[in-house]
Amino acid sequence: MYPSTFTYYRAGSVQEALKLLVENPDAKLLAGGHSLIPAMKLRLATPSALIDISRIPELAGIRDAGDRIVIGAMTRYDDIRRSDLVQRVLPILPEAIDVIGDLQVRNMGTIGGSLAHADPAADLPAVVLALGAELKAVGPNGERTIPADQFFVDLFTTALQANEILTEIAIPKPPARTGMSYQKFANPASGYAVVGVAAVVPLGEDGKVSAVRVGVTGAGPYAVRRENVEQALVGKEPTAEAIEAASQLASEGMNFNSDIFASEEYRAHLTRVFTKRALTRAVERARG
Amino acid sequence: MAVTKLFGAAVKRREDPRLITGRGNFTDHVRLPGTLVMAIKRSPHAHARIVRIDTSKARAMRGVVAVYTGQDLADKLAPVPCAWLIPDSDLKVPPYRAVAVDKVRYVGDAVAVVVAENRYIAQDAVDAIDVEYEPLPAVVDQEKALEPGAPQLYDEVPNNLAFHWKLHAGDFDAAWNAAEVRLSRRLVNHRLIPTAMEPRGALAAFNPGTGELTIWCTSQNPHVHRLLLSAVTGLPETQIRVIATDVGGGFGSKIPMYAGEMIAAAISKELGRPIKWIETRQENYVATIHGRDHIQYVDIAAKRDGTITAVRVRAYANMGAYLSTAAPGVPTWLFGLMLQGAYAIPVVHCDVYGVLTNTTPTDAYRGAGRPEATYLLERMIDILARELGMDPTEIRRKNFIPKDKFPYTTPTGLQYDSGDYEATLDRALELVDYRTLRQQQAELRQRGRYIGIGFSTYVEVCGLAPSQAAGAMGFQGGLWESATVRVHPTGKVTVFTGSNPHGQGEETTFAQLVADELGVPFEDVEIVHGDTEMVPFGMGTYGSRSTAVGGAALVHACRKVKEKAQRIAAHLLEVSPEDLAFENGRFFVKGAPDRGMTFQEVALQAYLAWKLPRDIEPGLEATHFFDPVNNTFPFGCHICVVEVDPETGKVDFLEYVAVDDVGNVINPMIVDGQVHGGIAQGLAQAVYEFAAYDQNGQLLTASLMDYAIPKASMLPAFTVDRTVTPTPVNPMGVKGAGETGTIASTPAVVNAVIDALAPFGIEHIDMPLTPERIWRAVRERSA
Repeated sequence: MYPSTFTYYRAGSVQEALKLLVENPDAKLLAGGHSLIPAMKLRLATPSALIDISRIPELAGIRDAGDRIVIGAMTRYDDIRRSDLVQRVLPILPEAIDVIGDLQVRNMGTIGGSLAHADPAADLPAVVLALGAELKAVGPNGERTIPADQFFVDLFTTALQANEILTEIAIPKPPARTGMSYQKFANPASGYAVVGVAAVVPLGEDGKVSAVRVGVTGAGPYAVRRENVEQALVGKEPTAEAIEAASQLASEGMNFNSDIFASEEYRAHLTRVFTKRALTRAVERARG
Repeated sequence: MAVTKLFGAAVKRREDPRLITGRGNFTDHVRLPGTLVMAIKRSPHAHARIVRIDTSKARAMRGVVAVYTGQDLADKLAPVPCAWLIPDSDLKVPPYRAVAVDKVRYVGDAVAVVVAENRYIAQDAVDAIDVEYEPLPAVVDQEKALEPGAPQLYDEVPNNLAFHWKLHAGDFDAAWNAAEVRLSRRLVNHRLIPTAMEPRGALAAFNPGTGELTIWCTSQNPHVHRLLLSAVTGLPETQIRVIATDVGGGFGSKIPMYAGEMIAAAISKELGRPIKWIETRQENYVATIHGRDHIQYVDIAAKRDGTITAVRVRAYANMGAYLSTAAPGVPTWLFGLMLQGAYAIPVVHCDVYGVLTNTTPTDAYRGAGRPEATYLLERMIDILARELGMDPTEIRRKNFIPKDKFPYTTPTGLQYDSGDYEATLDRALELVDYRTLRQQQAELRQRGRYIGIGFSTYVEVCGLAPSQAAGAMGFQGGLWESATVRVHPTGKVTVFTGSNPHGQGEETTFAQLVADELGVPFEDVEIVHGDTEMVPFGMGTYGSRSTAVGGAALVHACRKVKEKAQRIAAHLLEVSPEDLAFENGRFFVKGAPDRGMTFQEVALQAYLAWKLPRDIEPGLEATHFFDPVNNTFPFGCHICVVEVDPETGKVDFLEYVAVDDVGNVINPMIVDGQVHGGIAQGLAQAVYEFAAYDQNGQLLTASLMDYAIPKASMLPAFTVDRTVTPTPVNPMGVKGAGETGTIASTPAVVNAVIDALAPFGIEHIDMPLTPERIWRAVRERSA
């Protein structure tokens, strides 16, 4: 629980942070610190420097950008959870944040920190996949937008380059009659998701599924979208039978993690069960 | 002024304000000038020969003061002692070096020690030590360790068998042959990690001028540690002072003598500077004792009407890589003696094999042997009930020792002091509304929901123990307790107790006892514990003994003080002592209440001594050493109600009722707290907590990210009630309440889950009942 020596920098702006990153190629960006600092204390991570970006004013805050809601990467979980705008338009975020860690983690942790760290069992990766978010990254060559679908590429690995900083998460506002839900089976020790499934289900005026997105976390090495499930539901009446049948596809073609708490086989089973539960709840909500 | 009787009052814990506001004085809070920090390099291998240790890089680091290997410390420290030498068991105690010399035997075994200017440098230096190992095959499972060809931990312990202990009462074969029903099962009581909130640590300060060693450490029993430190360091006891005033929980894990504290003491003596060593949580998980870890083969003989006629147990206890201080006594005496539980079972046969493996040593963990016995019996009685088509409450009633049979002598020779077992069952059934609950269960099953009701009607042994019995069991010490009551000239009182509460609240309960006995205000009573320089020799706090034994010593000491005060008052009031009455803190002449003196006035006169007769010594204090004539036997009934989700295997807790009988209760709030905490720990064994090793001996649950201690949100609300059957063993009639919850709850929870799964034809699942295990059991039966 005693990290090795490192230098601490506090960046005042994104530009300053980018410059420090160039000067310290071995550095790590520090956001809420609730993943990085424990890893450093165990000497699993031994960066030579930390660049603290958590207090850069331009990186925090939530704004209404017309057809999208834009959340700064350094916005703390609890600020997102308590936002009226988010509660009204994107209620799946408060629902997921409520089951992240504990109060201290929710007070310190940031949405961008969680997404960029890409812990295979973190909750928000599934949620941004289901919401179809776009993630903005800034690097020495300017900025670019990465769709959530392309952001998570492997265990603790994202599409971000080593010299890029995730700055904001833009989430399209869902159409009317959209229901959304995050259902999680938590590890009793860590509180992380053994399996977590986020589902966003817009219903058409005919009551059929007009579009649907499903994101799964915890089950495999990184969070994934389950397009096969989505395709099985689109255009259908979301009956219990239809949801059940679509959910059976949730584990197909996936790689599953295995540990002392849950085997691959059990995780595959939970993926199907929690897909069903998330879809069922989302449809209930869509119907109001 | 009316003095309210405090015995039975829910007085708020006086220790809490300082602990809650961060003003406690734990070992790591103590700062001495010139302190050096110590860190231990630990083996990453479960079993390996040490080929070479290169400490040169570490020694050369700036801020590193010294580096020691096992060889360097071999002649400065005797081996880590084992102090429970169970007789007639062919016990072999292999040498347990504080720092390994030629071989490491578990992941976490110490291989080198660094002393540095601060903790960060110390850790850098630990990382810089290069140890070359020759890895050896490891064995972690106690049954596999006994197999021919298994890796051998010691040349001097053939087949890794440290002992084979037997306790046979009655003719088992006759009972088995005559039985109408015979059940044989294998049960696993898995390994747990105690996880006290404060890890272990020590600040050892040797004074080269006086030759005295003062050591602050995390101890449940400071005098025992003083004695053992004297034995291992060679310093006379009189030159060692052990201080452990605030200790952040122990659950048994702070009873043993450990390498860390011993090394800190030896190095402080060597360097003449204070040495501080504080474990990290990961070290705590690998290098502080673990608990439980039994594999049990059980045979039960019974009649068709449910009467149990005999129980036979063959248990394999995983002792870990070395025998920890009290380890041999835990799976033997503390287990075997309780195998008849609350039932009139006439024949009990127990054989225990203590096996050494490449794992962290095991020792006493909350309940220590008694949970293993209770789980076995309560699980088997449920299996028997199902076999016979009986309700689990009826089979228990059938076998209970009836209340008119107390004191009851068990077949293996314990004398149960007092009890009314059926009363606790009746009260618990009333609280859960059993009849309605069974109806609901049946209705919900129709709708595909699975509710289960689980029972545990336990008895346990507390108030350890008559010293003669301790001696007969091979425990290398007495189990009495001491107390000194010192009344000051103002009438204020200081108590020096040999008990060492570390969460149990005796600073409050003991003050309640003294306030009542001496008629002084609660605020006027100070409780001092945990400093060998201040308190008389005492045995410490464990085995639910502090109030039953330490409290009894205290009450006797108070009575000696009061008797002397009464003689002084009588002399000053010119009457004979028998003519005086004592009420509300005042002595007065019977029939003439105006003629009297307060306790405080008497205390002043005792110290002024102007008017004392020649046959009364000045001063007012007394010491008592209380050796109990018997243990105490709390009992009760716990009922757990769960709902199991067969789709995921997840267990939800709907209700938990505990009706315990711990004798008279001094502070009901503190007893409730003990029961709550105990249930949390016992329930967690059933469904959450487990230590896991891979086959190479790596601990896979070496952090709180992997080892699931229960959080508040993972527990039900507890309904706690009591019956009161006082014990005749001590003057207060108290039995002890520290372990009842842990002992009772584990089988209640497992029985509830298995009851919920009855429609699937599931008769047993070994703990821990993780969701995956339950899901697999359901799936197998549904297929």
